[in-house]
Amino acid sequence: MEAVDHSHWSPLLGRLWWDALPQEPIVLATFVVVALGGVAMVAGLTYFKLWGYLWKEWFTSVDHKKIGIMYCVLGLVMFLRGFADAVMMRIQQSIAFNGSEGYLTAHHYDQVFTAHGVIMIFFVAMPFVTGLMNYVVPLQIGARDVSFPFLNNFSFWMTTAGAVLVMASLFIGEFAQTGWLAYPPLSNLAYSPWVGVDYYIWALQIAGVGTLLSGVNLIATIVKMRAPGMTMMRMPVFTWTALCTNILIVAAFPVLTAVMAMLSLDRYLGFNFFSNDFGGSPMMYVNLIWIWGHPEVYILILPMFGVFSEVTSTFCGKRLFGYSSMVYATLCITILSYLVWLHHFFTMGSGASVNSFFGITTMVISIPTGAKLFNWLFTMYRGRIRFELPMMWTVAFMMTFTIGGMTGVLLAVPPADFVLHNSLFLIAHFHNVIIGGVLFGLFAAINFWWPKAFGFKLNQFWGKVSFWLWVPGFWLAFTPLYILGLMGVTRRMRVFDDPSLQIWFVIAALGAAMIAGGIGAMLVQFAVSIWKREELKDVSGDPWQGRTLEWSTSSPPPEYNFAFTPIVHDIDAWDDMKRCGVERPTAGFRPIHMPKGTGTGIILAGLSTALGFAMIWYIWWLAAVSFLGVIGYSIFHTFNYKRDYHIPVETVEATEAERSRQLAAAGA
Amino acid sequence: MRPPESRPKLRHLSALAKIATALSLTGALTACNAIVLHPSGDVAQQQGDLVVASTLLMLLIIVPVMAATAWFAWHYRATNKSAKYDPHWDHSTQLELLIWAAPLLIIICLGALTWVSTHLLDPYRTIGRLDAKTPVAANAKPLEVEVVALDWKWLFIYPEQGIATVNELVVPTNRPLQFKITSANVMNSFYVPAMAGQIYAMPGMETRLHAVMNKAGDSVGFSANYSGAGFSHMRFATHAVADDQFANWVKSVQTGANAGTLDRTVYLQLEKPSEKVPVTRYSAVSPDLYNAIVNMCVQPGKMCASEMMAIDARGGLGKAGIRNVEMLSYDRGGRESVAAANPTAAVQRELAWVRALCAQNPGVVADKSVKAPASMQTLSGAGISEPQAAVSFFARDKEALAAPVSTPAHSSQISRN
Repeated sequence: MEAVDHSHWSPLLGRLWWDALPQEPIVLATFVVVALGGVAMVAGLTYFKLWGYLWKEWFTSVDHKKIGIMYCVLGLVMFLRGFADAVMMRIQQSIAFNGSEGYLTAHHYDQVFTAHGVIMIFFVAMPFVTGLMNYVVPLQIGARDVSFPFLNNFSFWMTTAGAVLVMASLFIGEFAQTGWLAYPPLSNLAYSPWVGVDYYIWALQIAGVGTLLSGVNLIATIVKMRAPGMTMMRMPVFTWTALCTNILIVAAFPVLTAVMAMLSLDRYLGFNFFSNDFGGSPMMYVNLIWIWGHPEVYILILPMFGVFSEVTSTFCGKRLFGYSSMVYATLCITILSYLVWLHHFFTMGSGASVNSFFGITTMVISIPTGAKLFNWLFTMYRGRIRFELPMMWTVAFMMTFTIGGMTGVLLAVPPADFVLHNSLFLIAHFHNVIIGGVLFGLFAAINFWWPKAFGFKLNQFWGKVSFWLWVPGFWLAFTPLYILGLMGVTRRMRVFDDPSLQIWFVIAALGAAMIAGGIGAMLVQFAVSIWKREELKDVSGDPWQGRTLEWSTSSPPPEYNFAFTPIVHDIDAWDDMKRCGVERPTAGFRPIHMPKGTGTGIILAGLSTALGFAMIWYIWWLAAVSFLGVIGYSIFHTFNYKRDYHIPVETVEATEAERSRQLAAAGA
Repeated sequence: MRPPESRPKLRHLSALAKIATALSLTGALTACNAIVLHPSGDVAQQQGDLVVASTLLMLLIIVPVMAATAWFAWHYRATNKSAKYDPHWDHSTQLELLIWAAPLLIIICLGALTWVSTHLLDPYRTIGRLDAKTPVAANAKPLEVEVVALDWKWLFIYPEQGIATVNELVVPTNRPLQFKITSANVMNSFYVPAMAGQIYAMPGMETRLHAVMNKAGDSVGFSANYSGAGFSHMRFATHAVADDQFANWVKSVQTGANAGTLDRTVYLQLEKPSEKVPVTRYSAVSPDLYNAIVNMCVQPGKMCASEMMAIDARGGLGKAGIRNVEMLSYDRGGRESVAAANPTAAVQRELAWVRALCAQNPGVVADKSVKAPASMQTLSGAGISEPQAAVSFFARDKEALAAPVSTPAHSSQISRN
C-alpha cells in the first residue's frame, strides 16, 4: 500500500477533503448500498409519518423499558456490521495462500479486524448487556423506573453517538489499523498519522460517557429502589450480577477514559505519555488499557451468569441451588477481576515472580466460576427441566463455556502463554468464552424476556434452527483456530506462506457460514414471531412460570410497571407470592408519579457527535461551537422544571381493569 | 444431602470420555504439524509439555462436569416422569464444600506447577540444560544474537562473529543461545515456535530470551504482535545447523560476496519501512550499532536515551533543556529533520549546543540475565536463585550522580518491569 498524502488542511473543513471518500471498490459498493438503504428508510419513515411517533414515544422517552429495547436494537444493528467484518476476515484468510494476496489490501484488512473487535465489544456486547439490565433490573426489584431516568436516556444516546462515529469511519476517512486496543507506539501520530485512531479515541470516549453514567444509574437504582422487603440477600441473582457489573463499570471505565485522554494528548498536543521519546512508555499504555480491559470481560459475562441462573431455576422449576454461594462467587469474581490484568502480556518481559502472581490470581478466578457452574448443575439435579429455547442455550453455554474456561486457565500458565500468546489459540479461547458465554447468554435472555417485552413468545421452530446452526457452527468455526494456534499460527495475519494451513481456514469459513445461517434464522424467527404474534400471544404475563417480580406484571408491562409496589418476603418473590396465593389488587389505585420524556439526551449526544467528528478531522471551529453547545445546552436543561407528571388514576384503573379482563379470559 | 445416585456410573463415563478426548486430541494434532507441541528446541518442548500437562490436570474436573451436565440435562428432562423432582432442594452444605474445594485442589496443583515452571522457564534465565539429560557445561559460552525488529523485517546481529543478517537466523545446535531483543519503532514479538516461546520486541528497550535448538533443521520465525501494514510478511527463515556448519556459514558471510558492512548509514536505509525483504547478509557490523539502536541514537546528531537519562539523573538541564526538546525527538525524525526545515541561525545555534552536549555514546548494556538453576531436577525448583542481587536504590543513584555525562551509568533500559 502506497502511503497516501493526507496532509491537506483548511480552516473550514479541517483535514476533511475528497480523499476521505471511499476509494476501495468494496467500501464504495457498501457505501452505495447503505446510502440507498438509508434514503429508503428515511423516505419510508416520512411517508408513513412515523417520525413524530418515534421522536415522542421512543427517542425522547425516559422509560427504562423503551431505552432497554433501543439498546438491544442498537446492539443488533451493530452485530450485523461486526459479523460482516468477521465474514470478510474468514474469506480473506481462507483464500490468501500460494502467493495470492486475497481480496483485501493491508490498509483495508487491518481496519476490518480492528473494527470487528471494537464493534463487537463496545457496540454489540455492551449495548446488549446494558439494554438487558435496563429492561429487567427495575422490573425485578419492583421499581417503576431507574433512579435517574433522564440520565438513562442520555447514556443511551451517547453510546449511539459512539456507534455513529464508528460507522461514519467506514465511509468518511478510515478506521484505526492498530488492533482493537490500539497499542502505541503504533497508534501514536508518528505511525498512524491519519484519522483512524482519532475515530477510535472519540468513539470510545463518547460511548464511554454513556456507559459510565448508565453504570452509576443502575447502581443507584439497585441500591436505593428495591421493593420493601427485598433485602440484598433476597435480590434476584440477575440483579446481583447487574450490581456487580455496574460496580465494575464505574471502577474500570474511568481508567479507559484516562488512558484515551492520554493517548489524545500524545496525538493532539505532542505529549509523550506513550511515545518512544522522553521517557514515554508504551508499556504504561498496555498496563492501563488492560486494567480496564480485564474487568471489561467480566462486565460482559457477569450479567450473563445472572441470566443463566434465572433461566435454570425457572425452567427446572426449582429454586436456584446455593443462592448465597452464587452471590459470593459473583462478588469474588468482581474483586479478583481487578487483580489479573497482567496475564494479557506475560510476554512483555515481567519477572517470573510477577508473571506467576498474575497467572495464579487468574486461575483462582476459575474457582468461583466453577462453583457457579456446579450451582447450575445442581439446580438441574432433581429438577423438572423444560427444554424451551432459553434452557437450550443455557445447556449449550455450560458445555461450551467449560472448554473456553479451561483454555483460559491454560493461557494463564505463563510458560504455556509464551507459546500460545497472540496465536489463533488465543483467538479461539476468547471467542469460546465470549460467544459461548456472552452471546449464548444473550440469546437465552432474548428468548426468555421477549414475551415480557412484547406480549408474545418467539417462534420455537426458527429459534431451534438458529440454535442448531449456531452451536455446531461455532465449534466448526473455532476448533480449527485452536488447532492452528497449536501449529504456531499467529493472529491478524493477512496472507500465508504455508499451503498446508489452508484447509483449516476453509473449515473455519464454513463454520462462519453456518453461524451466518444461525443469524439469518434468528432474524427470520423475529420476523415470523412478529407476523404471527396473535398465535404466540401471552396474556398471563408469566409464560414460563417465572419466579421473580418481572413476571408478576402484564406483558408488556404498563408504563408504571406496578400499580402497587410489591412487598417481598423471600427469594424468588413472585414464586413465593404465587405459592401463598397473593391476590392481585384490583381497587384502591392512586395517581402515579412518573418522569417525563425529554429531547435533551438526543440533542446533547448529537452535539457530542459533532464535537467528536470535528476533533477527528481537526475542524477546530466546529469543535469549539459544539463543545460550547454541549455545555450551554446542559445548563439550559437544568432550567427545565417540567420533568415529571402524574398518570391519572382513571388511566391506571382502566389499564388494570383491562389486565383483569385479559387474565379472566385466559383463565376461563 | 446425599450426592446424586448416578455418581459411580459417572466415574466410568468420565474416565472413558477422558481417554476418548485425549485420543481424539492427539489424533487431530498429529495429523497436522502441531509445532507448539512437537518443537525441536528444549525450551519450547518444556513449554509444550506444560500445555499438555495443564490440560490433562484440568480435564480431571472438566470431563466429569461436562458428563454430569449432559447426564442431568437428559435424566431430569420434563418428559421423564420417573426422575425424582424435588423443587425445594436448594442447599447442601457438603455439596457446597465439595464444589468449592474440588476446583480449589486443582488450582493448588496447577498454581504450584505455574510458580515453578514460570521461574524455570523465565526467558531471562540462562538455560541450565540442553535437553532432559544434558546439563549445560559450566564453561559453555552462549551464542549471542542481537535481534532488531524493523518495519517489516528482522535484523540479526552476531556481535561475536561481527556479522549481521536480515530475515535469516542461523544457529548452531546444542549450544545455549542468548537473544537480546529490541525494536526500531513499534512493538513486535519475537517468536520461533520450534525453538522457544515468544517475547516482545520493544523500542528503546531490550528484552531477553534464552533457548537452545536440539535438532538440525529449518523452521520459521515471525513477529507474533501486529505491527502495521507489512506485518504478514515479517517472517524469517531459521536454520539450526551443526557446529562446524555454523562455523562455515559464519566464514562465508564474513568473506563471501554480500552486502558489505552494516554501519549507521546502511542501517538508516534498512530501517525505512519495506516488505518482503530478501535475505541479506552483512560481512561486518559497526560494534556500537546495536546499543545505538536500543538507545535510539543511530541517526547522527541525536542524543542517546542513556545520555538523556544520565543528564536527568544529574538534575536535568533546567530551562535550557526545554528549548531543545523538539530536536531530540525520535519518533518524528529527530533533530536533523527539524533543523533542516528551519535553518535559522537560532535553530542552528541550538543544534550545535545540543550536539556539544551529547557524545552519541550509547554506553554499555548491563547484563541482567538471570542465572540457570543449580539443580536440573525438572520442575522441582531446587536451587532457584533470586532473579538478581539486590542493589540499593540509593547506591545506584549515587553512582549515577558521580558518573560523567559521556559514560552514563544508566546505560540502557532493560525492559524488566
